Amino acid sequence: MARQSLAARAAQSHPHLLQVFWYRYRRNRLGVFGLAIVVLLLLMGVLAPWLAPHDPYATSRDRFLPPLSPGHLLGTDHLGRDVLSGIIWGSRVSLLVGFLAAATAMVIGIAVGAISGYYGGAVDAVLMRITELFQVIPRFVLALLVVAFFGSGLGKLILVIGVLSWPQIARLVRGQYLSHKALPYVDGARVLGMGSGRIMFSEILPNVTAPIIVTASLDIAQAILLEASLGFFGLGDPNVPSWGGMLNNAQDYLRLAWWMSVFPGAAIALAVLGFNLVGDAVNEATNPRLREG
Amino acid sequence: MELDRGPAPAASTEPVLEVVDLVTEIRSVRGPIRPVNRVSLRVGRGQAVGLVGESGSGKSMTAFSIMRLFPTPAARVVEGRVLLQGRDLTELPESELRRVRGNHVGMVFQDPSAYLNPVITVGAQIAEQLLAHNWPGDVEQRIAELLTQVGLRPEVAKRYPHELSGGMRQRVSIASAIACDPPLVLADEPTTALDVTVQAQILELLAQLQRKQGMGLLLITHDFGIVAELCDYVYIMYAGEVIEEGPVDDVFEQPRHPYTQGLLQGVLSVTRRDRVRVTVPGSVPDLANPPSGCRFHPRCPRAMPQCRTAPPPRVTAGNGRTACWLYESDQGIGQQRPGGSHDRTNDGSAAS
Amino acid sequence: MSAGNAGGGTALWQYVVMRLLQALPLLLGIVVINYLLISLAPGDPVTALVGDYPAPPEYIEQVRADFGLDRPLWEQIALYVLNVFRGNLGFSFANRVPVLELVLERLGRTLLLMLITIATATIVGITLGTLAARRPRSLLDTASTGIALAGYSIPEFWLGQLLILIFAVGLRWLPAGGYRDVRLELSGLDLWLNMLKHMLLPMFALSFRYMAITTRLTRASVLEIMNSEFILAARARGVSERRVFWSHALRAAALPIVTIVGYNFSFIMAGSALVETVFGWPGVGRLMYDSIFYRDYPVLLGILLLVSITVVIVNLLTDIAYAFLDPRVRY
Repeated sequence: MARQSLAARAAQSHPHLLQVFWYRYRRNRLGVFGLAIVVLLLLMGVLAPWLAPHDPYATSRDRFLPPLSPGHLLGTDHLGRDVLSGIIWGSRVSLLVGFLAAATAMVIGIAVGAISGYYGGAVDAVLMRITELFQVIPRFVLALLVVAFFGSGLGKLILVIGVLSWPQIARLVRGQYLSHKALPYVDGARVLGMGSGRIMFSEILPNVTAPIIVTASLDIAQAILLEASLGFFGLGDPNVPSWGGMLNNAQDYLRLAWWMSVFPGAAIALAVLGFNLVGDAVNEATNPRLREG
Repeated sequence: MELDRGPAPAASTEPVLEVVDLVTEIRSVRGPIRPVNRVSLRVGRGQAVGLVGESGSGKSMTAFSIMRLFPTPAARVVEGRVLLQGRDLTELPESELRRVRGNHVGMVFQDPSAYLNPVITVGAQIAEQLLAHNWPGDVEQRIAELLTQVGLRPEVAKRYPHELSGGMRQRVSIASAIACDPPLVLADEPTTALDVTVQAQILELLAQLQRKQGMGLLLITHDFGIVAELCDYVYIMYAGEVIEEGPVDDVFEQPRHPYTQGLLQGVLSVTRRDRVRVTVPGSVPDLANPPSGCRFHPRCPRAMPQCRTAPPPRVTAGNGRTACWLYESDQGIGQQRPGGSHDRTNDGSAAS
Repeated sequence: MSAGNAGGGTALWQYVVMRLLQALPLLLGIVVINYLLISLAPGDPVTALVGDYPAPPEYIEQVRADFGLDRPLWEQIALYVLNVFRGNLGFSFANRVPVLELVLERLGRTLLLMLITIATATIVGITLGTLAARRPRSLLDTASTGIALAGYSIPEFWLGQLLILIFAVGLRWLPAGGYRDVRLELSGLDLWLNMLKHMLLPMFALSFRYMAITTRLTRASVLEIMNSEFILAARARGVSERRVFWSHALRAAALPIVTIVGYNFSFIMAGSALVETVFGWPGVGRLMYDSIFYRDYPVLLGILLLVSITVVIVNLLTDIAYAFLDPRVRY
C-alpha cells in the first residue's frame, strides 16, 4: 500500500508545474469566475472598435435617453453620447493603466525588495525607511498633486500610479529574499562563483514568483481603482473615455440619469473584483498552508 | 466530589482511570482513520503509568480521547468507555465534562510556550482555572502555594509567559495541572521541548509531586528511559493499538513483542545517551490504510504467515500482556476482558 | 524585566519615545517630498507656492524672498522646512484665508466622518468576522465572504452615488448631501441629529470597504487563534467555552485588528476625499476637489503635508496601542 501511494505521488509530481497549478486553480469556482471576467474584459478592450455600437465621443441631440432605448442599450449621457460604447472603450484605459502601472510597481518593488533582502544591513535599513515613507504618504493625495502639476496624459497616469504602488511588493519580496538567502541552493550558487546580481535575479527570483504573481494581480485591481478615482476627480486623461470620468459626469445628473452612474460603476467594480478573485485563487493554488484549511 | 479530593493512599487496588476498548476516529479526506483503536488501559490510585510509542502511534490522541478534547474538530470518540473513579466520561455531556477537565484530570502538554496564552499573565491563567472549578479557598493564596510547590517564586504569577524560561513555563503548566488537586494527571511528552538539563529537573518534579500528592500519573512519551525512571507500569502503543503492557521491570527484562524488543534494543545499545532514538527500521504505517492482520507485520523481523491475515490475540505473558502471534501457543489465554487476569499486577506497586 | 510591574511600565514608556524618534525622519521625508514636487513642477516654482488664482504681485515677491527661490538648492530646502515648521503654508487666494487655518478646519470635519466610520466599521466587522469564524461554512460565513468581496471591489464613490440614487432620489429618506440643513435654524440636539442624518449615507459609503477588511481579518484571526494550542490548553483546564472565547481568543485575535486601523488609515483618508466629493461634505476631500478646479496649489500641498502627518500620528498611536495590548512588544 505504501508503495502504491508513493507511485501515485510520483505520478502527481510528473506533469508540468503549470498543469498542476491549473488543476488546483480550476477547483476554485470563484477563481474561475474571476478569470472569466478578466478574459472577457481583455476581449472587450482589444475588440472595442468592433464591439462598440457608436463612437464614444459622438454627441447627439438624444440626451438622457434611458436604457433599452433603440440603438442605445444602456442609454445616453448629458451630451447624448452612448453609455455602452463609453464603457467598452473605457475598458482600454482601465486595463492599460492597471497592467502597466502594476508592471512599473513590480519592477521597482522587486528591485528594491531584492536588494534590501539580499544585502541586508545598512542598505536594507535605508531602503526600508524610504519604503515606509512611501507607505505613509497618502497615495491618492500625492497622485492628485502630481497629476495636477504635471498634467494627466495616459503615460503620466501609469507612471504616477506605478511609482506610488511599489512599497507593498518591495516588502513582500524583501521578506522572501531574507528567508531564501539562507537556503542551501543560494550558498551553492555562491560557491559556484555566481555574482550577486545573477544569484538575486536568476537564482532566487524564479523561486518567489508565486507570491509576486498574487500581489501583481491585487495591484492591478488597486491600480484600476486608483485610476478610476483620479478620473472621478476629473484628472483622468481627457483624450480617452474612462469609467472614472463617466462617473464624474454622472455626479451632476444623478437625479436625471441614474444609468450614467450605475453602469460605468458596475464596470469598475466587476473589473476590480475579477483581478481580486484571480489573485486570491492563485494564492490558494500556490500556498500550501492555505490549501490544508 | 469532596471525597475524591483527599490524598489517596499510595497503593490501592482501586483504579483511578480505566479505559476500556476506546476507539477514536478522525474524519479525513481519504476516509476515516482510527488513531486510537480498541485501547484499554488503567491507572491505579497513586500509580505512575507510562504510555510509550513512536510519534503517530496514537499515544497523544489517547490522552486527548480521555479528556474528549481534540486539536481538530474532525476527531471524536466512537466506542469504548473512559472510567474516571468509576464514572464513565464518555457518557457525560460537554458541560459536565468541562467540570472534570482541569479539576479531576490535570494535563501537562509538550510545549509550554505554545500551550500558555501569550497575552495573559500566568497567574491569571491559573486563577481562571481555580475560579472555573469554584475553588473553595483563597485563589491568590492557592496560586502562591502552587508556584512554590513547583519550585517557583510566588511573584512569577505576575509574569507573562514570554518572560519565563522554557523550564519555568513547564513548571507553570505543572502547577496548573495540579491546581485543583486532581486524582489524575496526564502528561504528554512533558520534557520533549526542553533542554536536556531542564528535562531532568522537570521529571524529578513530576515524580516528587506524584508521590507526595498520591495522584495517578499517565506519562506519555517516546522515551523508554523516562518510563524506566518514573513509572511502575507501562503500555506500548503501535499504530493506534496497545501491543504490550506490563510492570516496567518485567518489560525491560523480558520484552515479549518484537516491536518492544526492537525499541529496547535501541535503548540498551545506547544506554547513557540522552536522546534515545527508536531503532526499529521503517516507520508507523498510514492509518488511513492500515496493514492487514497485525499492523506491525511489514516491519516485523519475526513475521509469520498468519500475521498478514488475522489480527493477533491478546495473550497474558508473565505479569503483563502482549498482542502477538508468537505467544499464542504458549499460554492460550486469548481475548480476555481487559483488566481481567492482570488485576494483581497492575494495582500500582508505586510505594515499593 | 527585573523590577516586575514597574519594569514593564518603564519599558512601554521607552518604547513610545523610541517610536516617536523613529517618526521624525518620516516627517522630514514628507516635507522634502513636498518641496521636490514644488521645484520639479513645470514653470515658475512660485506658481506652486501661490497658486494660479490672481494674487497681488507684492505677495508673490514676498513668497519668492521667504522661500529663497533665487538661492542655492540646499538653502531652499532648509528654508522650506523652516517655513513649514513655523506653520507657514502660504495663503489661499481662492478662499482668502491662510492655508494652515483652512486645512485644519476642514481636516476636523473629515476626521469626524472618518472616526465615526472607523468605529462603526470596526464594531460591525469584528462582530461579523467573529460570527463567521464561529461557524465556518455556514450561511452567515458565506454571506460575510460575499460582503467582503464586494467591499474590496466596489469603489467608495460609486457606492456613494448608488446610495444617493436609492435613499435620496428613490426613497427620499435621507438627504443627498451637505453637512446640515442650512435653511433650518437648528441648535443643540436638533442640530446634532440633523448632522447625523446627513452623515449616515457618507458614513456607510466610506465604511463598507473598511468593514470588509475588518471582517475578513477578524475571521482569519479568530479561526487561527481558536485552533491554537493555548486555546486547547485553556479548555483542558476546564475554562468555560464562553470564557475561552471572550477572554482568550478575542484578546489574542484583537492584536492584528488593531494594526489594520493604522495600516488602512491613509486609504480611508483617500476614500473619504472621494466620498466627501460625492456628498458635498465640507471636509478636506471636498477642499481638494475645489482646489484642483481653482489650481490652488498651496492648499493641495498643505493638504498633502497635513494628511501625511495625520497618518504618521495615527500609525504611531496604533503601534503604541499594540504594544499596550501585547506584552511581548517591549524593549
